[in-house]
Amino acid sequence: MAKRIDVKDLDIYYGDFKAVEGVSMTVEPRSVTAFIGPSGCGKSTVLRTLNRMHEVIPGGRVDGKVMLDDQDLYAPSMDPVAVRRTVGMVFQRPNPFPTMSIKDNVAAGLRLNGIKDKKRLDETVEKSLRGANLWSEVKDRLDKPGAGLSGGQQQRLCIARAIAVNPQVLLMDEPCSALDPISTLAIEDLINELKSQYTIVIVTHNMQQAARVSDQTAFFNLKATGQPGRLVEVGSTQKIFSNPEQQATEDYISGRFG
Amino acid sequence: MSTSITGHSVTDDLPGPDGRSPHDGDRAGTGRLGDRLFGGAATGSGLVVVALVTLVGLFLVMQAVPSLLNNNANFLTSTEWVPSGSEPRFGIAALLWATVVTSVIAMVIAVPLGVAVALFITQYAPAWLAKPAATTVDLLAAVPSIVYGFWGLTIAGQFIDPVTGFLQRTLGWIPFFGDAGFSGRSTLFFAGMILAIMILPIITAISREVFAQVPVAHKEGALALGATQWEMIRTAVLPFGKPGVISGAMLGLGRALGETLAVMILLSTLNPTASWSWSVFNGGETFASKIALNAGEFDSPQKTGAYIAAGLVLFILTFLVNAVARIVIERRKAFSE
Repeated sequence: MAKRIDVKDLDIYYGDFKAVEGVSMTVEPRSVTAFIGPSGCGKSTVLRTLNRMHEVIPGGRVDGKVMLDDQDLYAPSMDPVAVRRTVGMVFQRPNPFPTMSIKDNVAAGLRLNGIKDKKRLDETVEKSLRGANLWSEVKDRLDKPGAGLSGGQQQRLCIARAIAVNPQVLLMDEPCSALDPISTLAIEDLINELKSQYTIVIVTHNMQQAARVSDQTAFFNLKATGQPGRLVEVGSTQKIFSNPEQQATEDYISGRFG
Repeated sequence: MSTSITGHSVTDDLPGPDGRSPHDGDRAGTGRLGDRLFGGAATGSGLVVVALVTLVGLFLVMQAVPSLLNNNANFLTSTEWVPSGSEPRFGIAALLWATVVTSVIAMVIAVPLGVAVALFITQYAPAWLAKPAATTVDLLAAVPSIVYGFWGLTIAGQFIDPVTGFLQRTLGWIPFFGDAGFSGRSTLFFAGMILAIMILPIITAISREVFAQVPVAHKEGALALGATQWEMIRTAVLPFGKPGVISGAMLGLGRALGETLAVMILLSTLNPTASWSWSVFNGGETFASKIALNAGEFDSPQKTGAYIAAGLVLFILTFLVNAVARIVIERRKAFSE
């Protein structure tokens, strides 16, 4: 199921403003890659180009290539809607649909795909909630509003919603930044389980988190104030945290700035 | 977010940060002169409103009851209207029908159109167009109702006959669309269309406001699942905006039910001996237009009382509409916070 992501010479623009410049990297299937770096360095922007969500913002466009196995995500024939059905996303703040029940939230993506069969929906809802380690906590109140859950549960609900449509890749944009430590731990455990099935890319501000959950780490930074963000260094998490090649990476990791 | 004509909003029931209802007074009064003066004035104003509503209601009921007791026809089911003389016979069935039919036609046209315009302004229009479009719709609300009536009668009415003719030919076998022998511009159908234009701005304005408030996180959540723009609107925007759309629709309905001048100018009154027709191409009178048209002839308490009774029914009707809208909004409340 999981696919490899190949990013080549990616420049990202918002209108005339160049936000990120010259990103090239590879993300192996069934692995976790963490994006770290100071605020505003473009790591979330890069993440959003992996499922073309940056196009939602007016003026958002890219130069360069993003390949999912042998599919070019930015080929003219590629429909962004189809890309987003293959590459799921979990956001910084848990965002379950407030008017929907827990069950309907998980089923939302399936319904968009035109699946109406009730039995199949129920099965997938259970499977996804189990996959998100949420089933035992909500199985008795599937018809209650999703917004009534705790923050950590809501975030796991959003993960269940994302994996319900069987994506190839799962993108997570600071998924724990609005959560307490216990809920964060639950999500991190979940990421460890999910990586056996999905290619996962996670943006995080928390370097311990990057060290705990990821196999590969990419460090982003601004060239200078007002300049586009760029990828400074990417490598195995162990190497980045113990013996980085760039001085900037070491300074950031050791807490000298950022 | 819910603006409501009942003056009661969803947020009124939510506890504040300290767990109190926003309507609980605090204990900040100091007993000083300024506090007592202002507190007294505010309390007094509150009491005046309550007293005013109660007195108006009482007055209406007191005027209506003697007439109703003298009535020789069933007030609710009769279509006759002979409110004076030694044997008064009057009923509101025809008025109720005309009022409800014109308002329903107005709603059927204006609610989908208003929601569509609001979606266009908030979701589809480029920024340079959204503002002028919103202002234009708001301007529709500034046109006085007499102008709508006059415009409908003299200008729009010229173009309606082919439409009504077409509907009568193709749908005439349904009693609602039968030919009742009136020109297009003086029918309930056309009055409903003009009412639709009149209530369009309020429905659009309120829908636009709630649609614009849909959190980006919800919209992106839907888009990230692979929703098209329309699917995103259906999954995130419309459910979030539903209470607002209902509030807007009810405000519009309130205006349509009570609209007087435009309806009075347009509708042909029926011959008292005319037989009953279900057709929307019939003429007729609504509560408001009937009362306004006859206001110059309230010469006896018996006659006045009959009209006041009709006005009371309109009041109760509007009240019921609001109550139903509130129930609809409240039922989904747990899902909208």
